[in-house]
Amino acid sequence: MTESAVATKAAPNRLLALWSSVIGKKVVMALTGAVLVLFVIAHMVGNLKIFSGPVEINAYSRFLREVGYPELGYGQLLWIVRIVLLICAVLHITAATQLTVMNRKARPIGYESKKDVETTWGALTMRWGGVLLAVFIVFHLFHFTAGMVGFQPGQFEHLMVYQNVVAGFSVVSIALFYILAMCALCLHLDHGIWSALQTLGWVTTDNTKSLRIISRLIAIVIFAGFISVPISVLAGWVR
Amino acid sequence: MNLTLKVWRQQDAKAAGKFVSYQVQNVTPDMSFLEMLDLLNENLQTKGEAPVVFEHDCREGICGSCGFLINGVAHGGHRGTTVCQLSMRFFKDGDSLTLEPWRAKAFPVLRDLAVDRSAFDRIIQAGGFISAPTGGAPDANAILVPKNDAERAFDAAACIGCGACVAACPNAAAMLFTSAKITHLNSLPQGQPQRDQRTLDMVAAMTEEDFGSCTNHGECEAVCPKEIPIEFIGRMNRDLIHATLHRRGE
Ligand code: HEM
Ligand code: SF4
Ligand code: FES
Repeated sequence: MTESAVATKAAPNRLLALWSSVIGKKVVMALTGAVLVLFVIAHMVGNLKIFSGPVEINAYSRFLREVGYPELGYGQLLWIVRIVLLICAVLHITAATQLTVMNRKARPIGYESKKDVETTWGALTMRWGGVLLAVFIVFHLFHFTAGMVGFQPGQFEHLMVYQNVVAGFSVVSIALFYILAMCALCLHLDHGIWSALQTLGWVTTDNTKSLRIISRLIAIVIFAGFISVPISVLAGWVR
Repeated sequence: MNLTLKVWRQQDAKAAGKFVSYQVQNVTPDMSFLEMLDLLNENLQTKGEAPVVFEHDCREGICGSCGFLINGVAHGGHRGTTVCQLSMRFFKDGDSLTLEPWRAKAFPVLRDLAVDRSAFDRIIQAGGFISAPTGGAPDANAILVPKNDAERAFDAAACIGCGACVAACPNAAAMLFTSAKITHLNSLPQGQPQRDQRTLDMVAAMTEEDFGSCTNHGECEAVCPKEIPIEFIGRMNRDLIHATLHRRGE
């Protein structure tokens, strides 16, 4: 057998070997996190189309399903993206949970006086903030994707994005929950983006300050972009 | 100056411990922190009480024996400084200090402020070496080392194995220590033949010793008396990915 044949044959085992190491799991979190961040950026930019009016954003919603035609059927690309995102989310959360359990065990007796000197708010809220995001994602899918919660019967209409968003965010408690979840996302990404770069070995002593600032800027832009929609509906600018 | 110390006292690894408060009088600013503890221990012994056990050897920041938390910060919170190098001039009369041992499953308390750090030795045994054939000594400088590699290896080799990184880490991870040891040898030409095996074995040993894993809080880097940068953790991660995915089948 040639060298490359050996490599191909052994490949699945090697990926498993990576997953079974603590560093490998962290690398998986960084890579899946990166995919989720790219998605979140695209999603945020897409949402801003609401400010161009109902025709634009409803057309964009149809475009997402028709794109790729005729090579791909209606909605096929959307489903591929959904499946990739689901796999990433599952891997990300599984690794986070497994590592958290391991890390808790590594210090069975805690400190009485320990002070943090370096860490950030974002880093400290990764776990509970992550759980909040998971709850949010499930709610969000039942809400704007399926229209099964948060709407009067008959109010939600598939593909009528503009009308659905206005109706959805007219419920103040739901709009506030979205804003809260975006605060959690902002914190998660403030640490997460820099952290993923550190995990993958891109951070050096020289560039770490700049990368932390870039990470924070991306987090804030994503935050501002997302909350602009519920805020505009609450304020009556979009109706 | 006079100080109040709240010190963790524990008879042995199995005993339950507790904090005990002591007054230390006539501390002078030119004492080191450990000399201040020596003073406390002399007083305790005069009174027939057991002295506070803490580890120390060189008392000049090079052996890595000393270390505990002072008011919640490993080595006391002066960057690049071990407890033994810490001067009492940073403290003032009436200060109240809490002294607590490193806390990690892998570092069981032996007595008072002394913990068992042999888990670090086992990580080193797993791969923190190069194998060299015996025979005539090779010419010095026969192997050229690029300047950047030599500098990096030297920075990494500064790690004294004190364990402060584990103590300060919210996950009791030993990644800063392990990455320093791996980076030291993986940066040098002499370390290349065993590079992949070393990385795999040392990371495996680290995991087996019940250390946690990194969540990039940076607490380790902040308390490391040798200012080992977390950049090395990123390098170790890369080396591990490479070793896992690209290693040739044996
Ligand atoms: C849904 C539930 C989620 C949970 C429970 C969760 C949990 C976590 C945890 C515990 C970390 C580790 C923090 C660290 O060690 O530095 C993390 C990192 C990260 N998360 Fe999440 N997260 C979730 C969702 C998300 C989402 C929706 C995104 C993307 C928008 C995301 C992006 C990231 C990134 C980029 C990292 C950095 C990975 C690394 O440190 O290498 N996460 N997450
Ligand atoms: S990396 Fe720094 S804190 Fe950790 S053992 Fe080495 S010298 Fe001590
Ligand atoms: S006693 Fe040697 S480093 Fe402190």
